[in-house]
Amino acid sequence: MNPAKRIGLAVAAPVLAFAIAGIFASALLAVTGNDVAGFWDTMLTWPENRQLVNILNQTGILYLSGLAAAIGFRMNLFNIGVEGQYRIGTFVAAVVAGEAWLPGKANTLLAIVLAMVAGALWAGIAGLLRVTRGVSEVISTIMLNSIAGLLVGYLVAKVGVTTGVSTGTKTIPEESWVGGIQIFGDTPTELYGLVLLAIVAGVAFHVMLNNTTFGFNLRATGRSESAAVAAGVDVKRMVVTSMLLSGAVAGLIGMPVLFGQAHNYGTSFQLGIGFAGIAVALLGRNHPVGIALGALVFSFLAEQGNVLNILVGVSPDIVAVTQGIILLAVVIAYEFVRRYRLRLEQSSVAEQVAGPATEEAKA
Amino acid sequence: MTSLAPAPSTTDAVRVTGIGKRFPGVIANHDISFTIPAGTIHAIVGENGAGKSTLMKILYGVQKPDEGSIEVQGEKVSFSTPSDAIARGIGMVFQHFQLADNLTVLENVVLGAEKLHGIGGDARAKIEEISSQYGFGLDPDELVETLGVGERQRVEILKVLYRGARIVILDEPTAVLVPQEVDALFDNLRELKAEGHTLIFISHKLDEVLKIADDITVIRRGTTVDTVKPADVTSRKLAELMVGSELPSPSTEESTVTDRVELEVRGLEVVDAAGRPVLSDIDLTIHRGEVLGIAGVEGNGQTELVEAIVGMLHPSAGTMRLGDQDISSWHTRKRRENGIGFIPEDRHRHGLLLEAPLWENRILGHQTRPPSVKGGWLNRRGAREDTERIISQYDVRTPGPDTTAGALSGGNQQKFIVGREMSSEPVLLIASHPTRGVDVGAQAQIWDHIREARRNGLAVLLISADLDELIGLSDTIEVILRGRLVGTFDPQTVTPQDLGSAMTGAGEEK
Repeated sequence: MNPAKRIGLAVAAPVLAFAIAGIFASALLAVTGNDVAGFWDTMLTWPENRQLVNILNQTGILYLSGLAAAIGFRMNLFNIGVEGQYRIGTFVAAVVAGEAWLPGKANTLLAIVLAMVAGALWAGIAGLLRVTRGVSEVISTIMLNSIAGLLVGYLVAKVGVTTGVSTGTKTIPEESWVGGIQIFGDTPTELYGLVLLAIVAGVAFHVMLNNTTFGFNLRATGRSESAAVAAGVDVKRMVVTSMLLSGAVAGLIGMPVLFGQAHNYGTSFQLGIGFAGIAVALLGRNHPVGIALGALVFSFLAEQGNVLNILVGVSPDIVAVTQGIILLAVVIAYEFVRRYRLRLEQSSVAEQVAGPATEEAKA
Repeated sequence: MTSLAPAPSTTDAVRVTGIGKRFPGVIANHDISFTIPAGTIHAIVGENGAGKSTLMKILYGVQKPDEGSIEVQGEKVSFSTPSDAIARGIGMVFQHFQLADNLTVLENVVLGAEKLHGIGGDARAKIEEISSQYGFGLDPDELVETLGVGERQRVEILKVLYRGARIVILDEPTAVLVPQEVDALFDNLRELKAEGHTLIFISHKLDEVLKIADDITVIRRGTTVDTVKPADVTSRKLAELMVGSELPSPSTEESTVTDRVELEVRGLEVVDAAGRPVLSDIDLTIHRGEVLGIAGVEGNGQTELVEAIVGMLHPSAGTMRLGDQDISSWHTRKRRENGIGFIPEDRHRHGLLLEAPLWENRILGHQTRPPSVKGGWLNRRGAREDTERIISQYDVRTPGPDTTAGALSGGNQQKFIVGREMSSEPVLLIASHPTRGVDVGAQAQIWDHIREARRNGLAVLLISADLDELIGLSDTIEVILRGRLVGTFDPQTVTPQDLGSAMTGAGEEK
């Protein structure tokens, strides 16, 4: 297969999915008597600089979440617990940074490392349950999400400080904050400094997956566990290790906001990012670049959707519906393209080795 | 839905003519023809991969044939789905039961066939009627999880009879049964036959087939070889028909066996999940430059023996030494690093990542060794170059190392695996059915490679269902029967007939 055809096939599925999602969203709006033209007008307007920064920030955060999910997905391990790991990680970092045992940026670094450790351990519980007791990681991570929510809620109430009506962890001393990066002069909205962690994590993921033995074993296990076992891969150890890695990355998700804007764990904690990451990973086919594009698209839709209610009187929930349709369509389209590609390759290989191959099959 | 099938007549229940089925790069069935008279038990035998399961899928409407015709009760039929086959009175009992454990017998039987007799009293009466008519002894209200294997199988048979089947296909029905249960099953089958049902019995256990069948059709390499009467053949003759003897002979030259022991297995025992032994008291010795062949009817412990030596399965007793090292406690990876090459029986499940390119498949099983890996890092160029080497040296017909493994034909996949396992200088090669499902050309090439490696001092454990291959390649042949090694033969003097009778345990009595 030539490269052009290969790329064409790779792009075909998401394009098809977006088209279908667009049609469904329009139809839904039309049926419910909304302003379809206004909807598209708002969605497709080039965002203002302030919004562009918001989109980038959110993209970075979603990207980390998508990566966390993708690490598991690459070996057929469905870590649905990114949300819980993210929550535990962020809480631990907030408490540690708030206590400020170390000065300045050392405090920041310690908090980030401990966030990763906490996320990893929380995910590791599911990994251990799977290899020792055969508990499906899907079930255990969903339950761990719920436990994480309750546990953190309880702990915030226990150790937190109340200011006005809200309760949260101690505010991080200013010397440990991570400043933003000014992109546009005409808006005070800045890029979170720690959003750059997403780039570091993305590169690390790519290198790990494609250039290391560990990454090879991970992909091999995902493609065929039986073949991996025969090849001497210790699948149990791979399960635990990849859950730990996945949880460690999930622990990073909350860092940009924690050190760049919120400065404590409290009511402003952004819920649901762990789940959105699963969607983004699916959309990006667990590929480091694909996930980035998926995160960008989701962030773009969410940001543009924010003003729908004000401008054209459409509930921003339509954006969530559209995202859902994109996902459904994309999953189907990917599978469709995958099968088509395999058949295409089989027949082209048969063609290229034509003479001998047909002889052989008849023998 | 027709629960009223035509009364048993003198016409043929099933007539299959010239059936062929191709998959990309593989011909699963070609020119399959046989006739099954109504009211008989017809056995279809053949080694694994001979094309039995494809044929059954065609008869049951799971797959459509590319050519040929099927007649049922004298009428030409074309099935698109299993429901078409069911409507024609054909039912199938799968080897792996498809029952819901937490439902009762009644619920399992009516599930999906609620329209026939409802789900209440009528259905219960019908089930009780069938059960007593054929001596199944099933209680409609018993939970399936409390039933034994033999009873579950009777529930499966009851399910297809309940749906009005007059022609019942049984896929390896005795594979899961102990001898007493087999006898009970055969009694049930004879009852069914007496009532005019036609039974198609798929098996590779020759003694059982001879006991129960009225006619036996033998399938080899995707086509029907012959249809015989049990009275006219012995299990030796049947084994011969099954594995064939007209293939190119893989004869070895003078012996290259040395006196240095490469693999030594002592007292190996493996038990299954239920604690029953599947391998007992296995003692094996393979010297450098020796090919040890294991002959045996499929399912007598060969798979477990291979998996125990590769380290995929944990033996309950016994020791293994490779060269002068005790490898009993070693993990698969360490065994392979120390020079165990492995050509698996099922290349799709254990030998390849079908959706990965060939150069990545070159790394599989060699994740810690050059040229594809350096330290913890993949050496993509090294892997690619070495893939090129395998492609040219082993005549793998492919456009290049970036081709997906799944796009190659079976023979080329196998040649690639052989090439890969011969890399990194193995000291012991485990070759499990190395030429199964491979065309004659590739077969001869694979034989040549094994012979050459043997000359260079490689120790080989060869498991094969092809007796000619075993006799032609091996320096020593051990026969495995019910998980035990029951006889040692010298390939210079042994005949396929001798082996055939040792394999079926028929040697001494007959």
